[in-house]
Amino acid sequence: MTAILEVNGVTKLFGGVIANDNITLNVPQGGITGLIGPNGSGKTTLFNSIVGFHPIDSGFVTFAGRDISRLRVPDIARMGLLRTFQQTRIYGKMSCVENMEISVPHTHEGLRTIFSKYPQAVTERGEELLDFVGLYAKRHLRAGDLSFGQQKLLELAMALMNQPKLLLLDEPTAGVNPVLINTLIDRLKRINSDIGITLFVIEHNMRVIMDLAEHIYCLAHGRLLAQGPPDTIRTDQRVIDAYLGAR
Amino acid sequence: MTHRTRHLLPYVLIGLAGLAAPLIAPTYLVQLALLWMMILFALTWDLCGGQMGYNSFGNILFFGIGCYVPAVVQRGLYRHIAEYATVTGGEVQKLTLTQYFTGFALGLALAVVIAVAVGAILGSGILGMRGHYFAICTLGVGIAAGEIANGWEYIGSGSGMLAPIYPGTANARPIFFYYLFFLFAVMCFFTLKWMYSGRFGLAINAIRDDEDKAEAMGIHTTHYKTVAWCVSGFFLALAGGAFGHLNNFIDRDVAFPGATFGVWMVLMAILGGKGTIWGPVIGATVFHVTQEFFWTYLFGWQRVALGLLIVIIVVFFPLGIMGWLREQWPEKFGETVDVAARAAPVSLGDS
Amino acid sequence: MIDNLLLLYDAPILSVQLLVDGLMIGAIFALAAYGMALVWGVMDIINIAQGEFVMLGGYVTFFLATRAGIHPLLTVPAAAAALFILGWVLYRLVIFRIVDQDMFISILATFGISIVLQQLANELFGADVQTAESGLGTLFFADGMVTVPEIKVVSFVAALALGAALFVFLRNSRLGQAIRATAQNARAARIMGVNTDRVYAMTFALNAAICGAAGSLVVMTWLIHPYLGLAYTLRSFMIVVVAGLGSIVGVIFASLGLGAAENFAGFILGTEYQAAFVFSLLVVILLLRNFQLSRQRKHLK
Repeated sequence: MTAILEVNGVTKLFGGVIANDNITLNVPQGGITGLIGPNGSGKTTLFNSIVGFHPIDSGFVTFAGRDISRLRVPDIARMGLLRTFQQTRIYGKMSCVENMEISVPHTHEGLRTIFSKYPQAVTERGEELLDFVGLYAKRHLRAGDLSFGQQKLLELAMALMNQPKLLLLDEPTAGVNPVLINTLIDRLKRINSDIGITLFVIEHNMRVIMDLAEHIYCLAHGRLLAQGPPDTIRTDQRVIDAYLGAR
Repeated sequence: MTHRTRHLLPYVLIGLAGLAAPLIAPTYLVQLALLWMMILFALTWDLCGGQMGYNSFGNILFFGIGCYVPAVVQRGLYRHIAEYATVTGGEVQKLTLTQYFTGFALGLALAVVIAVAVGAILGSGILGMRGHYFAICTLGVGIAAGEIANGWEYIGSGSGMLAPIYPGTANARPIFFYYLFFLFAVMCFFTLKWMYSGRFGLAINAIRDDEDKAEAMGIHTTHYKTVAWCVSGFFLALAGGAFGHLNNFIDRDVAFPGATFGVWMVLMAILGGKGTIWGPVIGATVFHVTQEFFWTYLFGWQRVALGLLIVIIVVFFPLGIMGWLREQWPEKFGETVDVAARAAPVSLGDS
Repeated sequence: MIDNLLLLYDAPILSVQLLVDGLMIGAIFALAAYGMALVWGVMDIINIAQGEFVMLGGYVTFFLATRAGIHPLLTVPAAAAALFILGWVLYRLVIFRIVDQDMFISILATFGISIVLQQLANELFGADVQTAESGLGTLFFADGMVTVPEIKVVSFVAALALGAALFVFLRNSRLGQAIRATAQNARAARIMGVNTDRVYAMTFALNAAICGAAGSLVVMTWLIHPYLGLAYTLRSFMIVVVAGLGSIVGVIFASLGLGAAENFAGFILGTEYQAAFVFSLLVVILLLRNFQLSRQRKHLK
């Protein structure tokens, strides 16, 4: 399987702190890859490094064959590399449907297109995706009025609306009603298998990530600690130690 | 009455009232003309501020450009080429009807071009700033523009310059300017309404709600911000052009009145309710009407009252009139506060 | 403009004069900037009325000096005290409501306050430019080519002394510690028993007092009028942006630099453009700073 995303020796420092230390990994196209590690191990920072949220100090990142290390967030997003946020970011004062509409891919936006109206098909697609994540009944509510878990689902739906090639999900099940988690896992698998989006997922919920991912990377203290299929990672002593705090 | 008719009614009523004003209230024409100008002020501020989250304190820059440029063009077109350099001078310019209107039209066109160009150029840097930095930077821009105008010999520096006298009768003059401001305000309103109804409206709202998210979703935020800023500049320049010619005398205090018009732009939009299309209209109307009252009874103290009003509105009534109405009766605004919908469980059913 | 530049080139001693004048006023800018940084750092509020506090401090000294015949230098504490009270009152009436709201609200609210104060001053005191005579002499240097009124030196020293005193106070006193704790983490400070509301009130009042003292010095060394406020506010803002919120040394250098730059600009471009220079400089500084940050995918926050 070709790698849709290649992270090569990426290092990111914040002052004296090495948040990402020479990380090399790749995300195979079409699959679901996991990223785990205890708090503070640099997972979200790595996502930020990949999507251009901050410049990286060394190394490079390749997406779909192109070097994106110097590109900025909007350009990378338009190439089809999206991410969701750990604290969940949606457009609070707009309705859910509007959140969906504005999340269509924004490839061409010259003077003529920015004043155009979205065709009915866009609204319908938005409602379809809202239904997919279970928010159809709430589609006209203000996004800011939804609960945290619901906003997470909205954010996921918005990401799908954007038709990305690769989706970086930052803790997609955190804050979601545990009753719904199984169904959410099912949805994520379907996003991957039916819609064909490659997923790269940060997760703290071990059950979720072991079920979801085909290959898992484990970070600790900013470094890549271990990698492998779920069964290997599950029993890797270094991973267990990292989570339990042993140095 | 059908739903459609009821929807159109306010427009028709206001439109008719607006058109008939010279017949209904001929003595108040200049006040009414200024009312349309205030509405334009509030609408253009709200475009960048209320709808997009870029609160500008320097929109007066565009108004000032609009004031000076047509006057300069009028002087430049109809003087002997050797006198072109001396655009100033207190000499009253008398032109024929054709000359005046041609010059005025060309002047307005040029004013708009310059304003939009300035907006695009300055915007490329200034729109990269967020929040309060944008606000304070634009404050600086607005004042700096006034100071520069005050020192620039070519446009009269401290002593100002004159726009040509209106070539028609004394009665026709207020009528002409009234309809001009009415036209500009209506153009502005419907242009903005049209912009808000499509992708543009959603995009600038997204920028307001979470600009980082908008960027992360691939929205061309720079394009939208620049267009919004330039559209404000476009209409403000038109208003400035009309005002300059209405006032005849143009100097820094007329063209770049930061302490009055500049502040009022912000206040009116917030008073009426920012982020709505009617909010600025209502805010401008309420403000303009009460301002007449303030002026009559308070004289110089009205400026103090204005400051107090800003504090009171900002601290106690930040939603503004429309915002408050929206909270009380959300259904009327097309917002579904469906209690059932709110309570409905999120079920990832089998679909 | 070219003529003036050539003049500077031909007579370098003029530059010395301009520089000295600039440094003298720069110290006063530093005071106002320090106050602004304090309120900004502790309460996350940009006080647009900062310049008006300076202006009012000047008027206190002016009236005490001209009506009550007190020597202006002796009125500095009075100006500080009067403004302290004003700051406290403003906090209790308005500011406490906006402390935890977003920046735009606080900018607009303090903007409204600045208009109220400015127009009140205009209505009550008239728009005339005023100054307060200190009756001190003049120092002459370089064969009489460089003149420095003694009052300017006194105010320079006073400004630096006041700044130093404030710095020491914040470093060592209980209140100073409470202020710094609140600045770092208001919630934690509250939990630890710090009365954050009181801290905010004191901070705001203290800032007003500093500005009052600065204004007092301004009216003695230069002049005041009701509309000088906004320029001081924007200068303070500029200085804080350049120096960064935490750097005292940065504030001092930036302030002195600004004072000097303004003076040179006033000479080279002509006094009618000096104000234009100050405000344009603000815009340029912000643009440059933002551009600098954008290289790192950040922006001014």
